Amino acid sequence: MSHHLILKDVTVSFNRIPAIHHINLNLGCGSCVGLLGPNGAGKSTLLKTIAGLLRMETGSIEFRGHETGENDSPGRNIAYVPQREAVDWDFPITVRGLVEMGRYPALGLWKKFGKTDHQIVDEALDVVDLRDYSHRQISALSGGQQQRAFLARAWAQKSDIYLLDEPHTGLDRNAREAFTKAIHKLRDAGKLIISSHHELNDVPVIFDHVILINGELVASGSTKEIFTSENIEKAFATRTFSGAYAHAHT
Amino acid sequence: MKYLLEPFQYEFMQRAFFECLLVGFTNGFLGSLVVIRRMALMADALSHSLLPGLAIAAIFVGLTPAGLLVGGLVAACIVALGGQIITRSSRVKDETAVACLYVVAFALGVMLIKYAKVKVDLDGFLFGNILGVSNSDIWTSLIISAVTLVTLITLQRPLLLTLFETSVARTQGIPVNAILTTLILLIVLAMLSSLQAVGVLLSLGLLILPATTMYLLSDSYQAMSWGGGALGVLGSMVGLLLSFWANIPSGPAIVLVLGVIFIGAYLFSPKYGMVTRALRPRHMHDESLSRWDK
Repeated sequence: MSHHLILKDVTVSFNRIPAIHHINLNLGCGSCVGLLGPNGAGKSTLLKTIAGLLRMETGSIEFRGHETGENDSPGRNIAYVPQREAVDWDFPITVRGLVEMGRYPALGLWKKFGKTDHQIVDEALDVVDLRDYSHRQISALSGGQQQRAFLARAWAQKSDIYLLDEPHTGLDRNAREAFTKAIHKLRDAGKLIISSHHELNDVPVIFDHVILINGELVASGSTKEIFTSENIEKAFATRTFSGAYAHAHT
Repeated sequence: MKYLLEPFQYEFMQRAFFECLLVGFTNGFLGSLVVIRRMALMADALSHSLLPGLAIAAIFVGLTPAGLLVGGLVAACIVALGGQIITRSSRVKDETAVACLYVVAFALGVMLIKYAKVKVDLDGFLFGNILGVSNSDIWTSLIISAVTLVTLITLQRPLLLTLFETSVARTQGIPVNAILTTLILLIVLAMLSSLQAVGVLLSLGLLILPATTMYLLSDSYQAMSWGGGALGVLGSMVGLLLSFWANIPSGPAIVLVLGVIFIGAYLFSPKYGMVTRALRPRHMHDESLSRWDK
């Protein structure tokens, strides 16, 4: 059983217009993958597709030899962390409560929140360095801490795959460093982290693997080999041929 | 104490007491979900859209509790579902779509009520009369309360995940649409149950005010729902007694009491109160304060 996430020929369309075309990828656990490309390249679409939120027009996604869609509860393997704007920060919940939510899929409707669950939650808070903040309401955290709180929830979910949608956006240098440290810890624990990203300068520091997309796959591989100016140029200079530009319906 | 117990010598007050207990708790408990999902206006719209269903039931089967329940439920579901369909198939946003449908439904209801064989008291529908609850009303409320509370407690985890972040809930395999539909059904049921107590116009108060008050007092969903239930009971009891002593209509009395508690929390909540925050010492050294003064 390979610990690989394999995408075969994945195409996703909105209103019959493809947003990502025939994407083939093979990503191994224990790596931190940067998903790069211009606006409208389909980064969020690809993440949401792996998360199972969007229906594929063609292709399949497999993890450990099973199609992710087949699993009754793929959430146990895949944790999706949405963009910060998508979250209602005034929700009446503390950091600890948020992380505890990560245990819900495993507990189902009735199982009691037991000692092991509390231990897992503690461990998750330690991994992202938020133990001291666990009783704060989630809006009383800084942007970087909020992102880390969501990582902790994913950890509590015992996920193998973490899908992060632009987590570094809007964070200052210190917050970025703390967040990067947290995702590297996850990587070192054998997790697969896929994070969309639009700041190119810090890519080599954060990611050991990059995927460059522009509607279709431009390149994928280790940062050292793939993150070249030639490839970046190819991904960013080509005009996205899908979506609004090419098919403006009136 | 004697003064407090005196009203309960009367049978109608005993019945009103039970009705307050059931309706106050269920609405207050359910209200927490309505508040955190920001569905207050949706709930308001649903309460109004009960009218045509009730009118049709009155026309065909008279004023039987079962008929009114089914009629109201069907009418509210048509509006809620219609709103969803319009939202998904056009550029009209959901709140607008539901608002469009509910005013039409309400107008239809007012018109239909004229054709009911039995005389339907529109005032009673709009403002309720808890002193006039019958035993069958209490049974209806009891069943609705049991169904609502059991469902909410059973589905608490998926409900919370769905309300907090729909997309993440979906990735965890939660049937998000079914959960939200269940929530809307429960709101409609709670509305129907509180119809007799406070009427359509004020039922929203029983649903929203206790939960919003708790939202200002606590950062925990558990506290919000159980506290909302307790506050709903407290408010409706106090309102009921006030209406007895001062001889004022019961529905408005209940909602006004809840309103006063809400304003109190808005001003004096330890963490989020306006006055409390204004009085809190500033996080500045005296020295820097004096520098600011210059």
